[in-house]
Amino acid sequence: MNRSVVPDAVARQPWQMLIPLFALVSLGGAVLYSAAGGHLQPYALSHVIRFLVFLVMAIVISRFSRNLFRQAAYPIYGGIVVLLVLVESIGAMGGGSQRWLNLGFMTLQPSELMKPAIVLVLAKFYESLPASMIGSWRGLVPAGVLIGIPAFLVILQPDLGTALAICFGGAIIMFLAGLPLWWFVSAGVGALIAIPIAFFTLLHGYQRNRVLTFLNPEEDPLGTGYHITQSKIAIGSGGIFGKGFGNGSQSHLQYLPEPHTDFVFATMAEEWGMIGGFFVIAVFGIVLFWGLSVARKSPDRFSSLLAAGMTATVFFYVAINLMMVMGLAPVVGIPLPFMSHGGTSMLTNMICIGSIMAVNRWNQKPGSFS
Amino acid sequence: MKFNFKFNFKRHVSMATLRNSFDRRTVVLGSVQGGIGVLLAARMSYLAVAQNEKYKLDAESNRVNLSLIPPRRGWILDRRGTPLASNRADFRVDVIPERMQDSARTIAQLGKLLELSPVDMQDLEDKLDKARGFAPVEVASNLDWERFAAVSVRLPDLPGVVTQRGYSRDYPTGPSVGHLIGYVGAASAEEYEKDHDPILITPGYKVGKDGLEKIFEHELRGKPGARRVEVTASGRIVRDLDTREDVPGKTIKLTIDSGLQDYAARRIGVESGAVVVMDCHSGDVLAMASMPSFDPNSFSDGIGRLEWKMLADDDHVPLRNKVLRGLYPPGSTVKPMVALSFMEAGLDPDESVFCGGGLRVGNRVFHCWNRRGHGQVNMAKGIYQSCDVYFYHFAQRIGMDPIAAMARRLGLGQEFKLPVVGQSYGTVPDPAWKLRKYGKEWQTFDTVNATIGQGYFLVNPLQQAVMASRIASGKVLMPRLLYGHENDPVASLGIPQDHLDYVHQAMSDVVNGPGTAHRAALPFDDIKLAGKTGTAQVVGLHISSGKTGPWKYRDHGHFICYAPFDKPRYACAVIIEHGGGSSAAYPIARDVMTYLWDPELALEKLHEFEKGWGGTAKERLDARYQSYVSQYGVSAPKVSAEEESRKVRESEEDQTANQPIVRDAQSPRPEPVATGSAEAGAAENPNPRANSGDRTTTNGGTQ
Repeated sequence: MNRSVVPDAVARQPWQMLIPLFALVSLGGAVLYSAAGGHLQPYALSHVIRFLVFLVMAIVISRFSRNLFRQAAYPIYGGIVVLLVLVESIGAMGGGSQRWLNLGFMTLQPSELMKPAIVLVLAKFYESLPASMIGSWRGLVPAGVLIGIPAFLVILQPDLGTALAICFGGAIIMFLAGLPLWWFVSAGVGALIAIPIAFFTLLHGYQRNRVLTFLNPEEDPLGTGYHITQSKIAIGSGGIFGKGFGNGSQSHLQYLPEPHTDFVFATMAEEWGMIGGFFVIAVFGIVLFWGLSVARKSPDRFSSLLAAGMTATVFFYVAINLMMVMGLAPVVGIPLPFMSHGGTSMLTNMICIGSIMAVNRWNQKPGSFS
Repeated sequence: MKFNFKFNFKRHVSMATLRNSFDRRTVVLGSVQGGIGVLLAARMSYLAVAQNEKYKLDAESNRVNLSLIPPRRGWILDRRGTPLASNRADFRVDVIPERMQDSARTIAQLGKLLELSPVDMQDLEDKLDKARGFAPVEVASNLDWERFAAVSVRLPDLPGVVTQRGYSRDYPTGPSVGHLIGYVGAASAEEYEKDHDPILITPGYKVGKDGLEKIFEHELRGKPGARRVEVTASGRIVRDLDTREDVPGKTIKLTIDSGLQDYAARRIGVESGAVVVMDCHSGDVLAMASMPSFDPNSFSDGIGRLEWKMLADDDHVPLRNKVLRGLYPPGSTVKPMVALSFMEAGLDPDESVFCGGGLRVGNRVFHCWNRRGHGQVNMAKGIYQSCDVYFYHFAQRIGMDPIAAMARRLGLGQEFKLPVVGQSYGTVPDPAWKLRKYGKEWQTFDTVNATIGQGYFLVNPLQQAVMASRIASGKVLMPRLLYGHENDPVASLGIPQDHLDYVHQAMSDVVNGPGTAHRAALPFDDIKLAGKTGTAQVVGLHISSGKTGPWKYRDHGHFICYAPFDKPRYACAVIIEHGGGSSAAYPIARDVMTYLWDPELALEKLHEFEKGWGGTAKERLDARYQSYVSQYGVSAPKVSAEEESRKVRESEEDQTANQPIVRDAQSPRPEPVATGSAEAGAAENPNPRANSGDRTTTNGGTQ
């Protein structure tokens, strides 16, 4: 980039990641345009506008100093926990489950915000934890509590997908922070034992059904297996080059459930085919690879954990959503970043991107470290 | 790596080792992420390339809804082209049980929208109980536009409900053709198993269930049309893709004369009986009516509880087609046939015998119906006065075998090649038959019984009509139902014309001369009817006189005839079950024959009768249904499939199977005529079920 022509602030941006991301959002906009039957409203336009707004937000976040991040970690975490409690109590008063707060101009799901927040707070925690304690209970228990509180509150909502995302983000940070590997191995073995028990005791009926359906979607093609079956039909019938823009019958004739949110990838794949699918996977590959390399390049523990954790959070979205729409995972309500229509998910993901961009900026100016 | 970290809590952990571990672990994390990325790409390729064909097909079958358009069923026409069964455009609503999500709610909502009565709802629930999930169940047909539209606009909220503009079967004369044409109904699971034509489970498609509708099912079916539409997941039609018109089924043209058929059926009135009219030139069956009957129009939407109850409560067996399934001792109607066999065996018709009211054979006395005796009787008098002693006497001389041979030659005991669901062909007894069946020798009293059409003799009304037409024409007439064979050559019976002429004259004298059935004469000067009465006893004298008492014990009344007597054109047979004697039968035969030459005159008479009977057969049936609705409502018991088939079997049972052995002479029953007009008035209306008060004022003793 020619520094004489392009302003420094612009040239410093991570364009190798941003340009593919723009392309992905544009494709998302196009898919939403088609899903709305060839109209900008109600999905496509707001999708792109939100992206642009949140991009500005991400750039602003990326301007924050490392110290600000550090200082804000616990307050932000605490604030969101308070919001989660608030949501829970409002829901209880209203006599039903509720996941969002109506802010007037938008509805906010605090559980979504918790995903980047858990990464932030754990990065802060492990940064401040003396290296010698990493193998002791002090490296594990406080982190476990930090993860446990929001996970518990979210599961109460009940929102299994988001709770899993929070746990996953937390676990990744713990893993990368250097906790003994055998802990993870034992936890994995424990989970293998606990999962069947949890399946029959903790899960709600509809959640259990979703899992059962995932295991055998053809058993009940018109009932709960419907989502997976229709999604696979949409993807499979697209073939290599797709049916063409605006020609997806599965989405247009409403066979595909949620064609603009959770199953947006299937909507896309039907019209753009395998080529479109590869493009989406490739862009996520680029973004995530960039995120991880930012993490590896950053010299300090907080930044590297933060960047890697944010990357893992985005990855969790992408992986679970794509596995779900392709019939490799049960149906959990997790949208596809940058493509699914929905403000909160866009907000969360752009917070992640913004945080990684911030780390990237810190890397470029090692001077700010001190 | 694992080993390094396993015990690292015991070692000194520095920031540098953690950094090291971070670097390694991000590589692991990155590899796992990359691996999942590759897995997703592979899965994507598998779905989009390897399984592309399968999913393309699935997407198409999602998108495109192929609905079969039931073919219009072929019409059934009478000989003049008047429809006996046609199609009527209608609006209908069906449900496909397995596609309903909340069937109780859906049905309740349909009931409200379609304004179904409690009885309709009950019948609908019965149908749903019996239905297999994939087969459509008719909720209502023949709807008006408002009710149809009320359901149509709510279809997205009523999964499993199908509305359709289609055609339903229409039988303009209703009960008059019930047994002849049969009826249609939704295909049963068994029918679908036998014939896996998808048209069978198309909403609105009906298959023939009985009669000609069943026999000609394949001809009448036609080819379904198809409509390909693009539909949304909720079933809303987005656009039509293409439509293939249906090919209507073939038209079947019958020899039946629709007006005559209707007239004959209605003329039977409230009696239980059958009328068959045949063409004496070609054998065409012009009418074959069996009453009481059912209304095929109302059977076509399934037979409800009340309809079953009505059938079960009726001792006249409305499900039995008496023309083909009813077997009766023919009584004296066999006498012209027996006379022909006598002449063929060489008997001089002028040879006479003295009738003193009875004849001693061995140690038994065989009575003539007229206990006062007929005096000197030759063959002609034997026929027109129906003198039993004449036949007792000469039958012993001639023997049973020539009589049985003539009976078969004239059609008795025969099964005819007709497109019908079943015939009971009865019994023409002879010594060989008795030996075979009972292992007993033929006795003289067996011959004596047989010559007057009693004993083991059992015939159906169609056979009697064939016998009448063959005696009239001298030709081997075969009854025919399908039009288009009018000019086929018909072989002669080989009976000398002078024999036939002799019998014709005697049969004319039955009506026009000194015979037993004066009141059977046609109201035309130039057309003379020839006939023969018959009264067949049902139970012995020790139980009932046959004239009064319980309906079940009354004598059957027969009449066979043809006209004009010298140039036979039409032959007719009438049987009135338990009518109390032949006087119940011949007024009907007379009016039916009158209709052939002067329909208006005949109808005028019928209308007068129907005023007394409470309307036409259809009106009476409808009124009876309404009274059942108000009397029983939804309290009628449910009819299981076994009971249904038992009832149908009952109506089809072959009465020859349990024919009891006859050990004695059977007394002939008095022919009504000689006693004159006092009896005639009662004889025309020996009706146990009608409102007698009304009836005597309208037609009592008019002739």
